[in-house]
Amino acid sequence: EVMLIPTRPRLFSVCRNEDLKEMLESSKESLKLEAMKRIVGLIAKGKNASELFPAVVKNVASKNIELKKLVYVYLVRYAEEQQDLALLSISTFQRALKDPNQFIRASALRVLSSIRVPIIVPIMMLAIKEAAADLSPYVRKTSAHAIQKLFSLDADQKEQLIEVIEKLLKDKSTLVAGSVVMAFEEVCPDRIDLIHKNYRKLCNLLVDVEEWGQVVIISMLTRYARTQFTSPWKEVRGQSGEVMKAFYESDSEEKKGHTEEKPYIMDPDHRLLLRNTKPLLQSRNTAVVMSVAQLYWHLAPKHEVSIVTKSLVRLLRSHREVQYIVLQNIATMSIQRKGMFEPFMKSFYVRSTDATHIKTLKLEILTNLANEANISTILREFQTYVKSQDKAFAAATIQAIGRCATNISEVTDTCLNGLVLLLSNRDETVVAESVVVIKKLLQTQPTQHSEIIKHMAKLFDNITVPMARASILWLIGEYCERVPKIAPDVLRKMAKSFTAEEDIVKLQTVNLAAKLYLTNSKQTKLLTQYILNLGKYDQNYDIRDRTRFIRQLIVPSEKSGALNKYARRILLAPKPAPVLESSFKDRDRFQLGTLSHSLNSKATGYQELSDWPAVAPDQSVRNVEIIEASGSDSEEESSESEKTSSDSGKSSSGSEQSSSESELEQKKKKKTKKVPQKKSKPTAADRYSEIPAVCWSLRVTTSSFGPVKTYELLHHMTGKGLAAKYHFPRQPCLYQPSMVAVQVILSNSSDHSLEEIHIGDRSPASLSIHCFNTIERLEPEASVTVSMGIDFSDSTQAANFQLCTKEDQFSVSIQPAVGELLMPSSMTEQDFCKEQGKLQGMNETSATITMETANASSQAISKQVLSVANVGVVSSSQNNFSRFAGRTVSSGALVLVSLELKESSTALLTINTEKTVMASMLLRDIKQALTQA
Amino acid sequence: MIHSLFLVNASGDIFLEKHWKSVVSRSVCDYFFEAQERATEPENVPPVIPTPHHYLISVLRHRIYFVAVIQSEVPPLFVIEFLHRVVDTFQDYFGVCTEAAIKDNVVVVYELLEEMLDNGFPLATESNILKELIKPPTILRTMVNTITGSTNVGEQLPTGQLSVVPWRRTGVKYTNNEAYFDVVEEIDAIIDKSGSTITAEIQGVIDACVKLTGMPDLTLSFMNPRLLDDVSFHPCVRFKRWEAERILSFIPPDGNFRLLSYHVSSQNLVAIPVYVKHNITFREGSSQGRFDLTLGPKQTMGKAVESVLVSSQLPRGVLNANLNPSQGTYTFDPVTKLLSWDVGKINPQKLPSLKGTMSLQAGASKPDENPTINIQFKIQQMAISGLKVNRLDMYGEKYKPFKGIKYMTKAGKFQRCVWIAGSDRYYTNRASLIIVTS
Repeated sequence: EVMLIPTRPRLFSVCRNEDLKEMLESSKESLKLEAMKRIVGLIAKGKNASELFPAVVKNVASKNIELKKLVYVYLVRYAEEQQDLALLSISTFQRALKDPNQFIRASALRVLSSIRVPIIVPIMMLAIKEAAADLSPYVRKTSAHAIQKLFSLDADQKEQLIEVIEKLLKDKSTLVAGSVVMAFEEVCPDRIDLIHKNYRKLCNLLVDVEEWGQVVIISMLTRYARTQFTSPWKEVRGQSGEVMKAFYESDSEEKKGHTEEKPYIMDPDHRLLLRNTKPLLQSRNTAVVMSVAQLYWHLAPKHEVSIVTKSLVRLLRSHREVQYIVLQNIATMSIQRKGMFEPFMKSFYVRSTDATHIKTLKLEILTNLANEANISTILREFQTYVKSQDKAFAAATIQAIGRCATNISEVTDTCLNGLVLLLSNRDETVVAESVVVIKKLLQTQPTQHSEIIKHMAKLFDNITVPMARASILWLIGEYCERVPKIAPDVLRKMAKSFTAEEDIVKLQTVNLAAKLYLTNSKQTKLLTQYILNLGKYDQNYDIRDRTRFIRQLIVPSEKSGALNKYARRILLAPKPAPVLESSFKDRDRFQLGTLSHSLNSKATGYQELSDWPAVAPDQSVRNVEIIEASGSDSEEESSESEKTSSDSGKSSSGSEQSSSESELEQKKKKKTKKVPQKKSKPTAADRYSEIPAVCWSLRVTTSSFGPVKTYELLHHMTGKGLAAKYHFPRQPCLYQPSMVAVQVILSNSSDHSLEEIHIGDRSPASLSIHCFNTIERLEPEASVTVSMGIDFSDSTQAANFQLCTKEDQFSVSIQPAVGELLMPSSMTEQDFCKEQGKLQGMNETSATITMETANASSQAISKQVLSVANVGVVSSSQNNFSRFAGRTVSSGALVLVSLELKESSTALLTINTEKTVMASMLLRDIKQALTQA
Repeated sequence: MIHSLFLVNASGDIFLEKHWKSVVSRSVCDYFFEAQERATEPENVPPVIPTPHHYLISVLRHRIYFVAVIQSEVPPLFVIEFLHRVVDTFQDYFGVCTEAAIKDNVVVVYELLEEMLDNGFPLATESNILKELIKPPTILRTMVNTITGSTNVGEQLPTGQLSVVPWRRTGVKYTNNEAYFDVVEEIDAIIDKSGSTITAEIQGVIDACVKLTGMPDLTLSFMNPRLLDDVSFHPCVRFKRWEAERILSFIPPDGNFRLLSYHVSSQNLVAIPVYVKHNITFREGSSQGRFDLTLGPKQTMGKAVESVLVSSQLPRGVLNANLNPSQGTYTFDPVTKLLSWDVGKINPQKLPSLKGTMSLQAGASKPDENPTINIQFKIQQMAISGLKVNRLDMYGEKYKPFKGIKYMTKAGKFQRCVWIAGSDRYYTNRASLIIVTS
């Protein structure tokens, strides 16, 4: 045996069990401790030390705390195997449970409940009940942990344990909250009725609970909320035409229409949860951030979810394993909500130092994010990946290019050409993967591509990967009528090499032969028969089977019967194109952030997230007689805990105060200490501010393309050295949703510092502006960027106000371009058309314009329109249509812009909105942008 | 939650096991070993592995796999974050987290694991609390304990456990009161072949070492707090004051801790402190390639760029490289094809360069793989974002502490794209990468 503790003097070179026993039975504490340390070493190595049980258990009541703890470690490990002997130690713990020192009480309960011996279940139950009523929150926390242990030992105790859980759920200590919710999740996750009365308290305590408890509570509250509140996503559905149509079409459904039209109002408790979890996005604990993100994903109105984006992207800076899980979740999210992650696309660029599974996930996300506007950037990025030395990754990239090509029709040809070029790549895996993807792409649009098929036929001799060879053969067979000269020749070559091919290649050869036989029997009859004969005697029964089937099908004979007539229709039937879709497509059936989501299969103990109820259950169940604010809660708690600790301190005084200082000194210290502590106690209310309810207009698909236009606010000549410029960052305004965010860059070009820069009077007086905080001092040559919010009330009327320094006042004005008064709105093409249908007549403005030729592509149109107006691109299935949707910032009225390309470079520009004045101004601006080069 | 923990070394031996519920046989790790065999690189072992009755969640740090055994649904990040916390704690206690250190301190490791989890649920993970429960081993203490029989284990409930500032222990006393803050920034950049920046962003942290008596209440303010775009805090920071005043106000833990991590928004222009001039060419049909690389400083506000280390993964076809560095030393490993050049400090008057030829396999065609280059560098006394601490104030205590602040910039993940003349025509945009990691 090797010594386990080399830092110790080597008293014994052999630690046989006999020696250890002897040491344990000696009267010297240090020898006993040494022995226990070696035994723990054995346990850590996974060696069996159960023989020593009797000798060890004698020391359970030792005065030496370290020795005692090591005995506990041993006891918990072997009690299950040595049940009778373990019982000897129980009385020690029962005594310790009554100890005046809370720490000793708690550790006694910890060990007692860890001893997995069924006989002591009643003792454990009693101990748990007592501890749950203990004065010390630490002991109560321990009792919550013990509940789970007892439950796993004896599930019959469930009912009694639920009673204890119910009691502990009422506990106001932040220390207990996480642990008891954990016990709840383990023992009775379906008893949501126990949560009602504690719901608001848990929400309010949340920020002060320790990090691990936060994760558990947030996850439980997510499930709870899904059973208790109505869907906040309904509003969107209600706005769409469906309900409206039903309303107008039939009188019988009038009633239904009425009820559905009632505007959605979020339950204040629902809002409370969202508000109190939001600050936790700033947590250093990645699990907490992820759990808040999933809560927002599953519970928040659709337009609020994007606040979690930044935090999730931040987690990508963390350890590799964290990245892996976070990327998986982003992959699922990005399928449904491209807009959320599109601005952060560059964070998903692959680095050559990434592990393969990280690379693949990033690739997945980039593919999900691809749209008409960014596809060229993404393809450029993919081109570098194809050259990666990691060939598995290069192959995955080719698959991704294939997916982009099918999803975005504009780039299909570009991708196809690129993939064809890859066919001459030196690396076999790259070539093979390209063939497979080209095959899929050609299937989606088989016309005009005989050139590519010919090219592949030429390459055929050099390709050795079976899957690629099989794919080429299939392609040639499927489109043999387009390459009538080449196809028979390929078959001839295959006849020669048939026996040496892999099985999938053989199968496709038989397939090709059959198809050629049907279309061109004159040239290929003999070849086909030869191949069918080879297949008939093949070693593989699949191939023999297929050959027999094909022969019966295509070669007319007496036995062949009715099917023969349909051979052509069977073999050459038009085949549906394969769908290339994400492997994360249906992952959202699992709650995000869970193990099940990560594995894409249901893990043991996974709790389904229920659908929103159609009608909200009674809200009053959550009412508590006395509603306490969070601040007073923890105040009360802390004073209670202080009391407890000093209580126990007094009674167990010996150990606590003998530590180093005299009692007097400690008292003095306590006095001085207490003052700042009281003042600076970071309670929930102190550490985290209330966040105002975010309104619907935060629905953002931020799409700030191109350079931001900067305007002059104040020239330094007029401003006596103070110069100001502004631009519209096109971000939702944080101060108030009805405001437009404006960033102002203040710079000092004078030779002295300017002081107290702030905003003074404004006109009209009713103008609502969120001012920036006063800038105390701006040094010469320095500049500072500040943000402000202005409510323009959807008009282009200038906002006039005074920019003041300590000495001077300058009148300035900001006149917004009409396009800056909008926020992008995300909607589907269908929704767009429905909404457009509702905004006809007076609400429609249109003009025919002649565009500059450079602007005629849909990408250029998007670019130009987005440069003028802050709207979102609506993905379109028609090539000659470009559509954009936005809402006015202040009133939220829809603004729909559509552009229909006509022949040459004329186009019909239509704007539908209730705000007719804005429409005509916007029309003018867009027209100008598109007609200019 | 966490059922058991196995520590596995690079050669696939389990050298430590700990169980929090009933014992799980170590044969469960066979599934892990299978995955380990399948992975080409140690980093490629999937972090979550399902087995018939359990789930294995693992992290790899310091070439040790920490494999947690899970029996039912749990957020995987919860386990991953916890395992990393365990590694951090070991590092904090033993200085390093190696197999040898863990084996040497197996008893302390066991005591720590016992306190960190109860029934698989995290109990005490704050370093301040743990240190009150179990004192870190020092040579002196070990000797004293051996003689006197006293212990490393505390008998009292740590004061932090019950207080409203759980991260700080009470009764802290120092004769020299000091507070040090290190602002460390890393740049992530992608630069295309022409030298223009595709993306560049700055990630920073403020690490603190605070040794102050009593219950000090600190406020730290910045000259330019608006630079900080996305922040995450140590739990001690008061979020409300940050929101309102952009001031960090906190009662610090005792000792070392990470106060803040931040991201500098990409809207602000990032000045890249170094530039690379490169000319790496292979000619078709020739067995020689040319290699020419020059480094130079750029926008460093007069601060020296130090500890520069360039390494490059040359294409597989390269047999040997015969290069001539103007300063420093270089090595080329013909097996792994890794070229590394220890440059040292960049002297702006005489720019370091590495020039010469590469010999290629005879008859082999021109490599189409892209050489990858890694660069590390450090710049002392400068935070590249321009972030500046304005002042640090202390309330609640009477004494005058010594305050120190240090700035440093490092390369993060830094990609540079080079174009090889005559390479594949289709992919003209980027032919090669230079990656800089720290």
